[in-house]
Formats: sequence, structure tokens, C-alpha cells
Amino acid sequence: MMVYLTRRYRFSASHRLHSDSLTPEENARIYGKCNNPYGHGHNYVLHVILAGPVDPATGMVFDLAALDSIVQKEALDRLDHTHLNLDVDIFRKVVPTTENLCIEIYKLLREKLAQAPQRGSARLKKVCLEETNSNYFEYEE
Amino acid sequence: MIYLTRRAEFSASHYYHNPDFSPEENRRIFGKCNNPHGHGHNYTLEVTVAGEVNPDTGMVLNITDLKKLLESEVLEAMDHKFLNKEVEAFARCIPTTENIAIEIWNRLAPKLTFGKLHRIRVYESPDLYVDYYGE
Repeated sequence: MMVYLTRRYRFSASHRLHSDSLTPEENARIYGKCNNPYGHGHNYVLHVILAGPVDPATGMVFDLAALDSIVQKEALDRLDHTHLNLDVDIFRKVVPTTENLCIEIYKLLREKLAQAPQRGSARLKKVCLEETNSNYFEYEE
Repeated sequence: MIYLTRRAEFSASHYYHNPDFSPEENRRIFGKCNNPHGHGHNYTLEVTVAGEVNPDTGMVLNITDLKKLLESEVLEAMDHKFLNKEVEAFARCIPTTENIAIEIWNRLAPKLTFGKLHRIRVYESPDLYVDYYGE
């Protein structure tokens, strides 16, 4: 009996879409105004989706306090109110598109959630990241 | 296959407590949700039914029938209730959002005479929801 639990979080960050492997003209053409060298920001909305059976003793698939604590430490503390390109190591080499940010958050959370000392046995199923009200990305393995 | 979702809202109170746990364990595991006086939420329920479009009506089902079923099977039982004390299923299991979703599935699935119940989604708040597909 599998239940899917989704918890929503928010963070704000700035980024610039720019690839060193492209020419200045290509960067400007492909990324448009997102290539502005000063960067720009978004209010991101992060959905963390866990899947697992309900623990009959607690009625829960995962301890929400443990989930909040892991997401806070692993994702929000690293990303909130940062310039992703300059302040987050991985994005010194990888373009911080919302696609890549979604994948990176999945990687940051997966092992920590699997190792969390709590009763439930749910695992990370999917990460969904809204960049604006008009576009969002989903990643699962 | 077409998936139709109907939304309904209900307000209820609950608390989390397992009589097999010590008072200390209950407080540690459930935190402020363990307050025996209960606390409340405005729940949002989304019921998704899967089916084929009836060529005569252009509809998967008559939405009025689904609305009546939600009213009689779910809202009458749960709206403005203390779930632990007033819904029989929650005398045996803790009314977490997970178990509420499963209970709503169990109430609706046998009564649905149109389409096939696909998903029950229950929002406890805009930041927390649970999906159950009946398996």
C-alpha cells in the first residue's frame, strides 16, 4: 500500500544562464535576457515528493519534522538568498538552469532522506521545481 | 482514457496518538500534533476518476452524481468533525493525512458506479498533500 506525500518549500535566488562553451553571440541568442551578466532572481517553489508504505504505528510515511530539517539543511540553507552561479559550488561548472537545479536538489536530498533516523521507510520519489508561476520542472530516477 | 478531478473542501480536527507508545514517545514522535484536545485544518480533497467519454453525453460521468457521492460518503462523515472521536475508522488508526486519503478511497471505491477511481489527493494545507492510488 503505497502513499505519496508532497511537501512544498520556497526559496529565492539569483542566477545567470551562461555557458563558457558557447560564444558570446550564442549565449545571447540562446539564453536571451537570462544571459544578463549581472544575473536576475526568482522565487522558487520546491515540491519534494516521497513514496512509501504507511507505518501502522504512526499512520505516517515519513516524519515531517525530519523531512523539514533535511530539506532545510541540504537544500534551502545552501540555496536560499544566494547567487547560484557564484555561491553554490556545483554551478561554477554547470549552468544553473531550473532543470539542473532540480536535478541537483534531487541529488542533495536522496541519500540524506534514505539515511534519516526516523520510523518511516519512504524514499525520495521526485523533485518538482517551479521557477515562476508559468514554468516548472520535474526530476525522478 | 480521460481523467476527471472534482475538488471538495472540509474542515475537521484531529490529533496524533498511539496508545502503544509511552506519553514521552507520543510527544517525541508526534510533537504538537499530540495535543489531546486536537487541532484543526481546512482540508482540500481532490477525487480523480478515470473513464472513457460517453459518446452520447460527451462526459466521463455526470459531475452531479460525483458531487452527491462526495457529499454523502465523505463530507457528511468528516466535515466539522473531530476525526479521532467521530469517524469510526480513526478509532483504529491515526487520522494522519495518509490514513485520511486511504479512508476516503475505501469509502468511495465500492460506491463508484461510473468510471474507475484513479487517485485520492488530500491537502492538509497548501504545503502538504498526500496521493493514494489504491495500491
